[in-house]
Amino acid sequence: MTGFKPFALTASVLALTAGLAQADSPALMFDMGGKFDKSFNEAAYNGAERWRESTGGSYREIEISAEAQRVQFARRLAEAGSNPIVVMGFANESTLVEVAPDYPDTTFVLIDAVVDLPNVRSVIFAEQEGSYLVGMLAAMATETGTVSFVGGMEIPLITAFACGYAQGVKAVNPDIDVIVNYTGSTPAAWNDPVRGGEIANAQFSQGSDIVFAAAGGTGLGVLQAAEDAGLKSIGVDSNQNHLHPGSVLTSMLKLVDQAVYDAFTEGPDMETGVVVMDLAAGGVGYAVDEFNEHLITAEMMEAVEEARAAIIAGELTVHDYRTDSTCPAF
Amino acid sequence: MDVATIVQVLESTLRLATPLLFACLAGLISERAGVFDIGLEGKMLMAAFMSAAIAYVSGNVWVGLTAAVFASVVLSLVHGVASITFRGNQLISGVAINFLAAGITVVVAQNWFRQGGRTPSLSGNARMQRIDLPFVDVVRDVPVLGPIYTILSGHALLVYLAFLCVPLTWYVLFRTRFGLRLRAVGENPAAVDTAGVSVVRLRYGAVAICGVLCGLAGAYLATGLSAGFVKDMTAGRGFIALAAMIFAKWRPWHAMGAVLLFGLLEAVANRFQNIEILGVGVPVQAMQALPYILTVVILAGFVGKAIPPRAGGSPYVKEH
Repeated sequence: MTGFKPFALTASVLALTAGLAQADSPALMFDMGGKFDKSFNEAAYNGAERWRESTGGSYREIEISAEAQRVQFARRLAEAGSNPIVVMGFANESTLVEVAPDYPDTTFVLIDAVVDLPNVRSVIFAEQEGSYLVGMLAAMATETGTVSFVGGMEIPLITAFACGYAQGVKAVNPDIDVIVNYTGSTPAAWNDPVRGGEIANAQFSQGSDIVFAAAGGTGLGVLQAAEDAGLKSIGVDSNQNHLHPGSVLTSMLKLVDQAVYDAFTEGPDMETGVVVMDLAAGGVGYAVDEFNEHLITAEMMEAVEEARAAIIAGELTVHDYRTDSTCPAF
Repeated sequence: MDVATIVQVLESTLRLATPLLFACLAGLISERAGVFDIGLEGKMLMAAFMSAAIAYVSGNVWVGLTAAVFASVVLSLVHGVASITFRGNQLISGVAINFLAAGITVVVAQNWFRQGGRTPSLSGNARMQRIDLPFVDVVRDVPVLGPIYTILSGHALLVYLAFLCVPLTWYVLFRTRFGLRLRAVGENPAAVDTAGVSVVRLRYGAVAICGVLCGLAGAYLATGLSAGFVKDMTAGRGFIALAAMIFAKWRPWHAMGAVLLFGLLEAVANRFQNIEILGVGVPVQAMQALPYILTVVILAGFVGKAIPPRAGGSPYVKEH
């Protein structure tokens, strides 16, 4: 059996290499959660597909299904000559710290975390700014004076959503209460719509009438609970307004697809370093379309656009929880 | 804490305890017959997917429920064939079913609906409607009785069915000939065989009942509690149910108590994320871990002893 093992490994590496496109094409490595998560990873996939359609090029992609595969798969892509390699998710920070120095001629792009290496571009999003804007909308739409937030895992990234949201709410009216809850502390928290719905119901019983979900698949349960209770919700990452027309007030957008598209378009010679996708860069925002335009009044729109312009101009700063692990709004 | 909060938490408890109760009774019946089943999670997941998919396609939740029970029973029979007929290791067969369900649901859902391993959201008759008990609006304001009645009202039919299954399971296990034989098969299959009763047939019967109950649990998760299937949506509830079964020492009434306790812990953790007890903040993670901690305490023998059915886990080999 032990004699068979190296053979099996070689065979699988060969199979992988054979299945891949020619060298020097870009590659995309999805995070846990998978390619079709209706949110973060799917946005990356959409960006890559957009690049494929507009340029006619081809790219490699790989989905990891276990923590141990992160380093292994990143190495395989680099060995196979892919360049640039886009790696999704904050959890891959340590992956690139380990892998990137070994392939100095390959350009890596890390989405959602920062790695300070000459051949790595780190793309981070100003989630707090987008969340601030939807927080303002929530504060102007609430009738009960209480709004709430359901996060997935309690990690700094998700707390940054909550913190930006709470700041936006308090900016409109400091007397509005913001209830912040998280689903759990294991990755299962991203895929538990049942618990998401129950947490939302618990928040509704405390008076909340608008809930913002930043919780992956769990968020679908939150949005459903809001619709069932006749209340309102706010979607996240992708535009989720169409899921429950009339009940989803808006969606906080995070344009991961644009980051991937840009990286693929610029190719191996792209500028490395930290790229901040904030409001000014169009990396975050809020969604208004035919499904929710009747929910957002002209005054609400005006106030939010004003804040948006102020943030872009630098007159208004939204505090980022990740900088010092504190939040002025809670 | 006011009455409204207590009512909300207890209502949530009933809803959260229901899938656990079905799964717990499922495991209880299977293990009482001597077939360990850690595949409860997988069967629930498969049932959740089937109920959501078929309810969406047919537009009728009851058709979805039937499909869920069917799919779950099929998985149960796979477990039965592996561990009863071919005398394989019951734990390994259960693990295999969990992996199979986790993978196949997402793959089939992706191929079928192209929504990233989800089913489309259910609405209208494709979802399990909540039933208001009669006179609930009249009784609501009566002190004590009113809130209790309000808590009991407004749940899906399967919630009431789950709690009816408790006395039913007790009656079948402890007051019928079938139940006596089923328990005997789990303790001493050779004696049952000597009496001229088929061990294999009894164990298959128990495993099939287990499948039906898991099917109801999964269908309630996908069409009652939420509105559609999402990848891995059981989120460990099958294992919590196993813990409840051990906690209840394989007894139906105690099982109900255990799942209500675990449901209450989850509901409280959802409602109050940080509780102060005597000035000390208890983090929500501690609440979420409590069911497992309690089970370990029981298993370690601090609170009585949890002794599984004696023939549990071992396939029956007839002597020649």
